[in-house]
Amino acid sequence: MVLAINSLIKINGETLSALPQDLYIPPDALEVYLEAFEGPLDLLLYLIRKHNLDILDIPMADLTVQYMTYVEKMKAINLELAADYLLMSAMLIEIKSRMLLPKPAAVEEEDDPRAELVRRLMEYEAIKRAAQRLDAMPKVGQEIEVAAAHFQPVSQMKPPEVHLEDLVEAWRNVLKRAKLHQHHKLGRAELSVREHMSLLLRRLSKTPVLRFDELFDVAKEGIPTLVVHFLAMLELAKEGLIRITQQDAFGPIYVQASHSS
Amino acid sequence: MREPDNIAQMKAILEAALLTSPQPLALDDLLKLFAGRMERATLRMLLDELKADWMEKTLELVQVASGYRFQAKEAYGEYLSLLNPERQPKYSRAVMETLAIIAYRQPVTRGDIEQIRGVAVNPNVIRQLQERDWIDIVGQREVPGRPSLYATTKHFLDDLNLRSLAELPPFEAFAQSEIPLE
Repeated sequence: MVLAINSLIKINGETLSALPQDLYIPPDALEVYLEAFEGPLDLLLYLIRKHNLDILDIPMADLTVQYMTYVEKMKAINLELAADYLLMSAMLIEIKSRMLLPKPAAVEEEDDPRAELVRRLMEYEAIKRAAQRLDAMPKVGQEIEVAAAHFQPVSQMKPPEVHLEDLVEAWRNVLKRAKLHQHHKLGRAELSVREHMSLLLRRLSKTPVLRFDELFDVAKEGIPTLVVHFLAMLELAKEGLIRITQQDAFGPIYVQASHSS
Repeated sequence: MREPDNIAQMKAILEAALLTSPQPLALDDLLKLFAGRMERATLRMLLDELKADWMEKTLELVQVASGYRFQAKEAYGEYLSLLNPERQPKYSRAVMETLAIIAYRQPVTRGDIEQIRGVAVNPNVIRQLQERDWIDIVGQREVPGRPSLYATTKHFLDDLNLRSLAELPPFEAFAQSEIPLE
Protein backbone atom coordinates (compact mmCIF):
# COMPACT_ATOMS: atom_id res chain seq x y z
CA MET A 1 0.00 0.00 0.00
CA VAL A 2 1.88 3.02 -1.21
CA LEU A 3 0.34 6.43 -1.50
CA ALA A 4 2.22 7.82 -4.47
CA ILE A 5 3.03 11.43 -3.94
CA ASN A 6 3.09 13.26 -7.21
CA SER A 7 5.56 16.11 -7.26
CA LEU A 8 2.93 18.36 -8.83
CA ILE A 9 0.43 18.25 -6.01
CA LYS A 10 -1.27 21.61 -5.67
CA ILE A 11 -2.81 22.89 -2.49
CA ASN A 12 -4.73 26.17 -2.70
CA GLY A 13 -3.10 26.88 -6.03
CA GLU A 14 0.43 26.47 -4.72
CA THR A 15 2.61 23.67 -5.93
CA LEU A 16 3.79 21.52 -3.10
CA SER A 17 7.44 20.73 -3.53
CA ALA A 18 8.15 18.92 -0.28
CA LEU A 19 6.05 16.84 2.04
CA PRO A 20 5.01 18.69 5.18
CA GLN A 21 7.04 17.48 8.13
CA ASP A 22 4.02 16.95 10.35
CA LEU A 23 2.14 14.92 7.79
CA TYR A 24 -0.66 13.21 9.57
CA ILE A 25 -2.98 10.71 7.98
CA PRO A 26 -6.45 11.10 9.39
CA PRO A 27 -7.81 7.73 10.49
CA ASP A 28 -10.82 8.19 8.22
CA ALA A 29 -8.60 8.18 5.19
CA LEU A 30 -7.08 4.94 6.35
CA GLU A 31 -10.34 3.14 6.76
CA VAL A 32 -10.30 1.91 3.18
CA TYR A 33 -6.84 0.50 3.60
CA LEU A 34 -7.28 -1.26 6.90
CA GLU A 35 -7.52 -4.64 5.21
CA ALA A 36 -4.48 -3.78 3.14
CA PHE A 37 -2.16 -3.83 6.13
CA GLU A 38 -0.58 -7.17 6.66
CA GLY A 39 -0.49 -6.75 10.42
CA PRO A 40 0.75 -4.46 13.17
CA LEU A 41 4.35 -4.58 11.96
CA ASP A 42 3.20 -3.53 8.53
CA LEU A 43 1.23 -0.63 9.98
CA LEU A 44 4.17 0.45 12.14
CA LEU A 45 6.51 0.35 9.18
CA TYR A 46 4.02 2.38 7.20
CA LEU A 47 3.88 5.02 9.93
CA ILE A 48 7.65 5.10 10.28
CA ARG A 49 8.15 5.47 6.52
CA LYS A 50 5.40 8.06 6.20
CA HIS A 51 6.96 10.23 8.86
CA ASN A 52 10.49 9.72 7.66
CA LEU A 53 11.34 8.42 11.08
CA ASP A 54 14.66 6.77 11.68
CA ILE A 55 13.93 3.12 12.24
CA LEU A 56 16.99 2.95 14.50
CA ASP A 57 15.86 5.85 16.66
CA ILE A 58 12.10 5.69 16.85
CA PRO A 59 10.40 8.49 18.81
CA MET A 60 8.25 6.14 20.83
CA ALA A 61 5.78 8.75 22.10
CA ASP A 62 4.75 10.01 18.65
CA LEU A 63 4.63 6.59 17.12
CA THR A 64 2.55 5.13 19.93
CA VAL A 65 0.02 7.96 19.75
CA GLN A 66 -0.45 7.56 16.01
CA TYR A 67 -0.55 3.83 16.21
CA MET A 68 -3.19 3.90 18.93
CA THR A 69 -5.36 6.24 16.89
CA TYR A 70 -5.49 3.79 14.03
CA VAL A 71 -6.01 0.81 16.25
CA GLU A 72 -8.96 2.52 17.94
CA LYS A 73 -10.43 2.99 14.51
CA MET A 74 -9.79 -0.61 13.59
CA LYS A 75 -11.32 -1.84 16.80
CA ALA A 76 -14.53 -0.05 15.90
CA ILE A 77 -14.65 -1.77 12.55
CA ASN A 78 -13.20 -5.19 12.96
CA LEU A 79 -12.61 -6.53 16.42
CA GLU A 80 -11.00 -9.76 15.33
CA LEU A 81 -8.51 -7.94 13.18
CA ALA A 82 -7.65 -5.68 16.10
CA ALA A 83 -6.44 -8.52 18.35
CA ASP A 84 -2.95 -8.73 16.81
CA TYR A 85 -2.84 -4.95 16.75
CA LEU A 86 -3.78 -4.66 20.42
CA LEU A 87 -0.90 -6.90 21.39
CA MET A 88 1.41 -4.52 19.56
CA SER A 89 -0.10 -1.51 21.36
CA ALA A 90 0.66 -3.15 24.67
CA MET A 91 4.22 -3.71 23.52
CA LEU A 92 4.61 -0.10 22.37
CA ILE A 93 3.29 1.25 25.65
CA GLU A 94 5.57 -1.03 27.58
CA ILE A 95 8.60 0.18 25.64
CA LYS A 96 7.55 3.78 26.09
CA SER A 97 7.13 3.41 29.83
CA ARG A 98 10.43 1.63 30.21
CA MET A 99 12.13 4.47 28.39
CA LEU A 100 10.56 6.99 30.76
CA LEU A 101 11.83 5.27 33.86
CA PRO A 102 15.14 6.54 35.14
CA LYS A 103 17.87 3.97 34.80
CA PRO A 104 19.51 2.87 38.00
CA ALA A 105 23.22 3.48 37.80
CA ALA A 106 24.01 -0.17 38.40
CA VAL A 107 22.35 -1.37 35.19
CA GLU A 108 23.54 1.34 32.90
CA GLU A 109 24.48 -1.17 30.25
CA GLU A 110 20.89 -2.31 29.88
CA ASP A 111 19.72 -2.72 26.32
CA ASP A 112 17.59 -0.12 24.70
CA PRO A 113 13.99 -1.23 25.25
CA ARG A 114 13.33 -0.55 21.56
CA ALA A 115 15.94 -3.03 20.37
CA GLU A 116 13.59 -6.02 20.04
CA LEU A 117 10.96 -3.97 18.23
CA VAL A 118 13.55 -2.54 15.87
CA ARG A 119 14.91 -6.02 15.18
CA ARG A 120 11.45 -7.32 14.33
CA LEU A 121 10.62 -4.32 12.17
CA MET A 122 13.82 -4.73 10.22
CA GLU A 123 13.30 -8.44 9.75
CA TYR A 124 9.75 -7.87 8.61
CA GLU A 125 10.78 -5.18 6.18
CA ALA A 126 13.47 -7.43 4.73
CA ILE A 127 10.89 -10.20 4.22
CA LYS A 128 8.48 -7.72 2.70
CA ARG A 129 11.09 -6.66 0.18
CA ALA A 130 12.01 -10.29 -0.53
CA ALA A 131 8.34 -11.03 -1.17
CA GLN A 132 8.14 -8.16 -3.63
CA ARG A 133 11.22 -9.43 -5.45
CA LEU A 134 9.83 -12.97 -5.59
CA ASP A 135 6.59 -11.56 -6.90
CA ALA A 136 8.43 -9.68 -9.63
CA MET A 137 10.34 -12.74 -10.82
CA PRO A 138 9.08 -14.37 -14.01
CA LYS A 139 7.13 -17.52 -13.23
CA VAL A 140 5.88 -20.49 -15.17
CA GLY A 141 2.21 -19.90 -15.86
CA GLN A 142 2.70 -16.16 -15.84
CA GLU A 143 5.69 -14.90 -17.77
CA ILE A 144 7.43 -18.17 -18.61
CA GLU A 145 6.01 -20.33 -21.35
CA VAL A 146 7.32 -23.89 -21.29
CA ALA A 147 7.71 -25.56 -24.66
CA ALA A 148 5.74 -28.76 -25.08
CA ALA A 149 5.51 -29.91 -28.67
CA HIS A 150 2.89 -32.53 -29.27
CA PHE A 151 4.05 -36.09 -29.38
CA GLN A 152 1.86 -39.14 -29.56
CA PRO A 153 3.87 -41.83 -27.77
CA VAL A 154 3.98 -45.12 -29.63
CA SER A 155 3.89 -48.32 -27.67
CA GLN A 156 7.21 -50.13 -27.42
CA MET A 157 5.45 -53.50 -27.06
CA LYS A 158 5.03 -55.87 -30.02
CA PRO A 159 1.45 -56.88 -30.70
CA PRO A 160 0.92 -60.55 -29.70
CA GLU A 161 0.88 -63.14 -32.50
CA VAL A 162 -2.42 -64.83 -33.35
CA HIS A 163 -2.78 -68.28 -34.96
CA LEU A 164 -5.82 -69.65 -36.71
CA GLU A 165 -6.36 -72.23 -33.96
CA ASP A 166 -6.56 -69.45 -31.38
CA LEU A 167 -9.28 -67.82 -33.38
CA VAL A 168 -11.24 -71.05 -33.67
CA GLU A 169 -10.86 -71.70 -29.96
CA ALA A 170 -12.03 -68.19 -29.16
CA TRP A 171 -15.08 -68.67 -31.39
CA ARG A 172 -15.94 -71.92 -29.62
CA ASN A 173 -15.75 -70.18 -26.30
CA VAL A 174 -18.07 -67.51 -27.52
CA LEU A 175 -20.59 -70.12 -28.63
CA LYS A 176 -20.29 -71.96 -25.34
CA ARG A 177 -20.93 -68.81 -23.40
CA ALA A 178 -23.81 -67.82 -25.65
CA LYS A 179 -25.47 -71.11 -24.76
CA LEU A 180 -25.24 -70.27 -21.06
CA HIS A 181 -26.93 -67.01 -21.68
CA GLN A 182 -29.80 -68.52 -23.64
CA HIS A 183 -33.13 -67.16 -22.64
CA HIS A 184 -35.44 -69.44 -20.79
CA LYS A 185 -38.69 -69.59 -22.63
CA LEU A 186 -41.56 -69.42 -20.23
CA GLY A 187 -44.84 -70.90 -21.27
CA ARG A 188 -47.86 -70.39 -19.11
CA ALA A 189 -48.70 -73.70 -17.55
CA GLU A 190 -52.30 -73.88 -16.60
CA LEU A 191 -51.80 -74.92 -13.06
CA SER A 192 -54.09 -73.92 -10.32
CA VAL A 193 -53.01 -73.95 -6.72
CA ARG A 194 -56.65 -74.41 -5.76
CA GLU A 195 -56.84 -77.51 -7.93
CA HIS A 196 -53.82 -79.03 -6.23
CA MET A 197 -55.16 -78.14 -2.82
CA SER A 198 -58.22 -80.21 -3.58
CA LEU A 199 -56.08 -82.98 -4.99
CA LEU A 200 -54.03 -83.10 -1.84
CA LEU A 201 -57.02 -83.07 0.48
CA ARG A 202 -58.53 -85.84 -1.55
CA ARG A 203 -55.42 -87.99 -1.12
CA LEU A 204 -55.35 -87.28 2.62
CA SER A 205 -58.96 -88.30 2.96
CA LYS A 206 -57.93 -91.70 1.64
CA THR A 207 -54.64 -91.97 3.50
CA PRO A 208 -54.82 -89.95 6.74
CA VAL A 209 -51.05 -89.54 7.14
CA LEU A 210 -48.61 -89.10 4.34
CA ARG A 211 -44.88 -88.68 4.45
CA PHE A 212 -43.74 -85.39 2.98
CA ASP A 213 -41.71 -87.04 0.21
CA GLU A 214 -44.64 -89.25 -0.74
CA LEU A 215 -46.56 -86.13 -1.71
CA PHE A 216 -44.29 -85.38 -4.56
CA ASP A 217 -43.91 -87.64 -7.52
CA VAL A 218 -40.56 -86.32 -8.59
CA ALA A 219 -40.14 -88.92 -11.28
CA LYS A 220 -43.34 -88.20 -13.12
CA GLU A 221 -44.15 -84.55 -12.54
CA GLY A 222 -42.37 -81.57 -13.96
CA ILE A 223 -40.93 -78.87 -11.75
CA PRO A 224 -43.86 -76.46 -12.28
CA THR A 225 -46.29 -79.06 -11.05
CA LEU A 226 -44.16 -79.88 -8.01
CA VAL A 227 -43.88 -76.20 -7.13
CA VAL A 228 -47.60 -75.67 -7.41
CA HIS A 229 -48.17 -78.80 -5.37
CA PHE A 230 -45.87 -77.47 -2.66
CA LEU A 231 -47.62 -74.10 -2.72
CA ALA A 232 -50.92 -75.85 -2.39
CA MET A 233 -49.65 -77.69 0.68
CA LEU A 234 -48.50 -74.42 2.28
CA GLU A 235 -51.79 -72.81 1.44
CA LEU A 236 -53.69 -75.68 3.12
CA ALA A 237 -51.51 -75.41 6.19
CA LYS A 238 -52.17 -71.68 6.35
CA GLU A 239 -55.87 -72.24 6.17
CA GLY A 240 -55.59 -74.85 8.94
CA LEU A 241 -56.86 -77.66 6.77
CA ILE A 242 -53.78 -79.83 7.18
CA ARG A 243 -51.14 -80.20 9.81
CA ILE A 244 -47.46 -80.61 9.10
CA THR A 245 -45.44 -82.24 11.83
CA GLN A 246 -41.90 -83.31 12.45
CA GLN A 247 -40.83 -85.27 15.52
CA ASP A 248 -37.29 -84.07 15.64
CA ALA A 249 -34.74 -82.18 13.56
CA PHE A 250 -34.04 -83.87 10.22
CA GLY A 251 -36.66 -86.46 11.00
CA PRO A 252 -39.36 -87.31 8.49
CA ILE A 253 -42.04 -84.72 7.98
CA TYR A 254 -45.65 -85.93 8.07
CA VAL A 255 -48.66 -84.29 6.57
CA GLN A 256 -52.16 -85.10 7.81
CA ALA A 257 -55.63 -83.65 7.49
CA SER A 258 -56.62 -81.59 10.48
CA HIS A 259 -59.90 -83.24 11.15
CA SER A 260 -58.41 -86.74 11.20
CA SER A 261 -56.65 -86.28 14.54
CA MET B 1 15.68 -48.74 -33.46
CA ARG B 2 19.08 -47.85 -34.81
CA GLU B 3 21.71 -46.72 -32.39
CA PRO B 4 22.78 -43.14 -32.93
CA ASP B 5 26.30 -43.15 -34.33
CA ASN B 6 27.16 -39.50 -34.47
CA ILE B 7 26.88 -36.42 -32.32
CA ALA B 8 24.36 -34.67 -34.55
CA GLN B 9 22.02 -37.60 -34.22
CA MET B 10 22.40 -37.78 -30.45
CA LYS B 11 21.66 -34.10 -30.14
CA ALA B 12 18.60 -34.47 -32.37
CA ILE B 13 17.30 -37.22 -30.08
CA LEU B 14 17.85 -35.07 -26.99
CA GLU B 15 16.18 -32.15 -28.70
CA ALA B 16 13.10 -34.15 -29.67
CA ALA B 17 12.76 -35.53 -26.14
CA LEU B 18 13.13 -32.13 -24.49
CA LEU B 19 10.79 -30.38 -26.90
CA THR B 20 8.02 -32.88 -26.36
CA SER B 21 8.31 -33.23 -22.59
CA PRO B 22 5.89 -31.14 -20.55
CA GLN B 23 8.11 -31.52 -17.48
CA PRO B 24 11.80 -30.76 -17.14
CA LEU B 25 13.94 -33.82 -17.86
CA ALA B 26 16.69 -34.73 -15.44
CA LEU B 27 20.04 -36.11 -16.59
CA ASP B 28 18.91 -39.57 -15.48
CA ASP B 29 15.83 -39.31 -17.70
CA LEU B 30 17.91 -38.22 -20.66
CA LEU B 31 20.38 -41.09 -20.14
CA LYS B 32 17.52 -43.55 -20.72
CA LEU B 33 17.29 -42.26 -24.29
CA PHE B 34 20.59 -43.93 -25.03
CA ALA B 35 19.91 -47.19 -23.22
CA GLY B 36 22.84 -46.81 -20.87
CA ARG B 37 25.42 -46.24 -23.62
CA MET B 38 26.13 -42.67 -22.63
CA GLU B 39 28.42 -41.06 -20.12
CA ARG B 40 27.01 -38.31 -17.95
CA ALA B 41 29.88 -36.03 -18.89
CA THR B 42 29.20 -36.56 -22.61
CA LEU B 43 25.53 -35.92 -22.05
CA ARG B 44 26.30 -32.64 -20.31
CA MET B 45 28.54 -31.64 -23.16
CA LEU B 46 25.83 -32.45 -25.71
CA LEU B 47 23.30 -30.41 -23.73
CA ASP B 48 25.69 -27.46 -23.67
CA GLU B 49 26.07 -27.72 -27.44
CA LEU B 50 22.34 -27.97 -27.87
CA LYS B 51 21.90 -24.87 -25.74
CA ALA B 52 24.33 -23.03 -27.97
CA ASP B 53 22.60 -24.28 -31.13
CA TRP B 54 19.34 -22.69 -30.01
CA MET B 55 20.91 -19.39 -29.07
CA GLU B 56 19.54 -17.58 -32.12
CA LYS B 57 16.10 -19.16 -32.08
CA THR B 58 12.80 -18.52 -30.36
CA LEU B 59 13.19 -21.13 -27.65
CA GLU B 60 15.95 -21.56 -25.15
CA LEU B 61 17.19 -24.61 -23.31
CA VAL B 62 17.37 -23.86 -19.60
CA GLN B 63 18.34 -25.87 -16.57
CA VAL B 64 16.02 -25.69 -13.57
CA ALA B 65 15.90 -27.64 -10.31
CA SER B 66 14.31 -30.79 -11.79
CA GLY B 67 16.31 -30.83 -15.00
CA TYR B 68 16.39 -29.35 -18.48
CA ARG B 69 13.51 -27.83 -20.42
CA PHE B 70 12.86 -25.71 -23.46
CA GLN B 71 10.93 -22.52 -22.92
CA ALA B 72 10.03 -19.48 -24.97
CA LYS B 73 12.57 -16.70 -24.69
CA GLU B 74 11.54 -13.95 -22.35
CA ALA B 75 11.05 -11.48 -25.20
CA TYR B 76 8.02 -13.42 -26.43
CA GLY B 77 6.37 -13.63 -23.04
CA GLU B 78 4.11 -10.63 -23.40
CA TYR B 79 2.91 -11.70 -26.86
CA LEU B 80 2.21 -15.23 -25.71
CA SER B 81 0.25 -13.94 -22.75
CA LEU B 82 -2.20 -12.33 -25.19
CA LEU B 83 -3.16 -15.81 -26.35
CA ASN B 84 -4.10 -16.75 -22.86
CA PRO B 85 -5.39 -13.73 -20.95
CA GLU B 86 -6.72 -15.85 -18.08
CA ARG B 87 -3.34 -16.50 -16.56
CA GLN B 88 -2.48 -17.50 -13.04
CA PRO B 89 -3.66 -14.64 -10.88
CA LYS B 90 -1.09 -12.84 -8.79
CA TYR B 91 -0.91 -13.92 -5.19
CA SER B 92 -1.86 -11.63 -2.33
CA ARG B 93 0.80 -9.95 -0.21
CA ALA B 94 0.07 -12.36 2.63
CA VAL B 95 0.81 -15.32 0.35
CA MET B 96 3.97 -13.79 -1.08
CA GLU B 97 5.31 -12.78 2.33
CA THR B 98 4.63 -16.25 3.70
CA LEU B 99 6.36 -17.74 0.67
CA ALA B 100 9.32 -15.42 1.12
CA ILE B 101 9.67 -16.44 4.77
CA ILE B 102 9.54 -20.13 3.86
CA ALA B 103 11.94 -19.67 0.96
CA TYR B 104 14.56 -17.69 2.88
CA ARG B 105 14.17 -19.11 6.37
CA GLN B 106 13.25 -22.75 5.70
CA PRO B 107 12.46 -25.03 7.33
CA VAL B 108 10.01 -22.95 9.35
CA THR B 109 6.91 -23.61 11.40
CA ARG B 110 3.69 -21.69 11.33
CA GLY B 111 4.81 -20.07 14.59
CA ASP B 112 8.03 -18.80 12.96
CA ILE B 113 5.99 -17.23 10.18
CA GLU B 114 3.67 -15.60 12.69
CA GLN B 115 6.61 -14.29 14.66
CA ILE B 116 8.10 -12.57 11.63
CA ARG B 117 4.87 -11.23 10.15
CA GLY B 118 3.28 -10.32 13.50
CA VAL B 119 -0.09 -11.80 12.52
CA ALA B 120 -1.74 -15.20 12.69
CA VAL B 121 -1.19 -17.36 9.61
CA ASN B 122 -4.34 -17.81 7.60
CA PRO B 123 -4.65 -21.54 6.80
CA ASN B 124 -5.79 -20.60 3.31
CA VAL B 125 -2.42 -19.06 2.60
CA ILE B 126 -0.59 -22.28 3.41
CA ARG B 127 -3.14 -24.27 1.44
CA GLN B 128 -2.75 -22.10 -1.65
CA LEU B 129 0.99 -22.60 -1.59
CA GLN B 130 0.66 -26.34 -1.04
CA GLU B 131 -1.85 -26.66 -3.85
CA ARG B 132 0.54 -24.91 -6.17
CA ASP B 133 3.11 -27.50 -5.03
CA TRP B 134 5.48 -24.72 -4.06
CA ILE B 135 5.81 -25.74 -0.41
CA ASP B 136 5.44 -28.96 1.54
CA ILE B 137 5.90 -30.36 5.00
CA VAL B 138 9.37 -31.77 5.55
CA GLY B 139 9.06 -32.79 9.18
CA GLN B 140 8.04 -31.75 12.66
CA ARG B 141 9.92 -29.66 15.15
CA GLU B 142 10.48 -31.63 18.33
CA VAL B 143 8.76 -29.17 20.65
CA PRO B 144 5.37 -29.45 22.35
CA GLY B 145 2.68 -29.80 19.72
CA ARG B 146 5.22 -31.03 17.16
CA PRO B 147 4.50 -28.26 14.66
CA SER B 148 5.04 -29.02 10.97
CA LEU B 149 8.14 -27.67 9.29
CA TYR B 150 7.55 -26.14 5.87
CA ALA B 151 10.05 -25.89 3.03
CA THR B 152 9.93 -24.98 -0.63
CA THR B 153 9.79 -27.70 -3.29
CA LYS B 154 11.73 -28.38 -6.48
CA HIS B 155 8.62 -27.40 -8.35
CA PHE B 156 8.83 -23.96 -6.80
CA LEU B 157 12.37 -23.58 -8.13
CA ASP B 158 11.30 -24.90 -11.55
CA ASP B 159 8.47 -22.40 -11.76
CA LEU B 160 10.78 -19.54 -10.86
CA ASN B 161 13.38 -20.67 -13.37
CA LEU B 162 15.92 -21.49 -10.69
CA ARG B 163 18.32 -24.39 -10.28
CA SER B 164 18.70 -24.07 -6.54
CA LEU B 165 17.74 -21.90 -3.59
CA ALA B 166 21.16 -20.26 -3.85
CA GLU B 167 19.90 -18.59 -7.02
CA LEU B 168 17.13 -16.75 -5.21
CA PRO B 169 17.68 -13.01 -5.20
CA PRO B 170 19.96 -12.27 -2.25
CA PHE B 171 18.17 -11.57 0.98
CA GLU B 172 18.76 -7.89 1.59
CA ALA B 173 19.56 -7.82 5.22
CA PHE B 174 20.10 -4.46 6.78
CA ALA B 175 23.62 -3.20 6.42
CA GLN B 176 24.17 -2.97 10.15
CA SER B 177 24.47 -6.39 11.69
CA GLU B 178 24.81 -4.80 15.11
CA ILE B 179 22.07 -2.31 15.69
CA PRO B 180 23.73 0.81 17.05
CA LEU B 181 21.41 2.33 19.58
CA GLU B 182 22.48 5.59 21.17
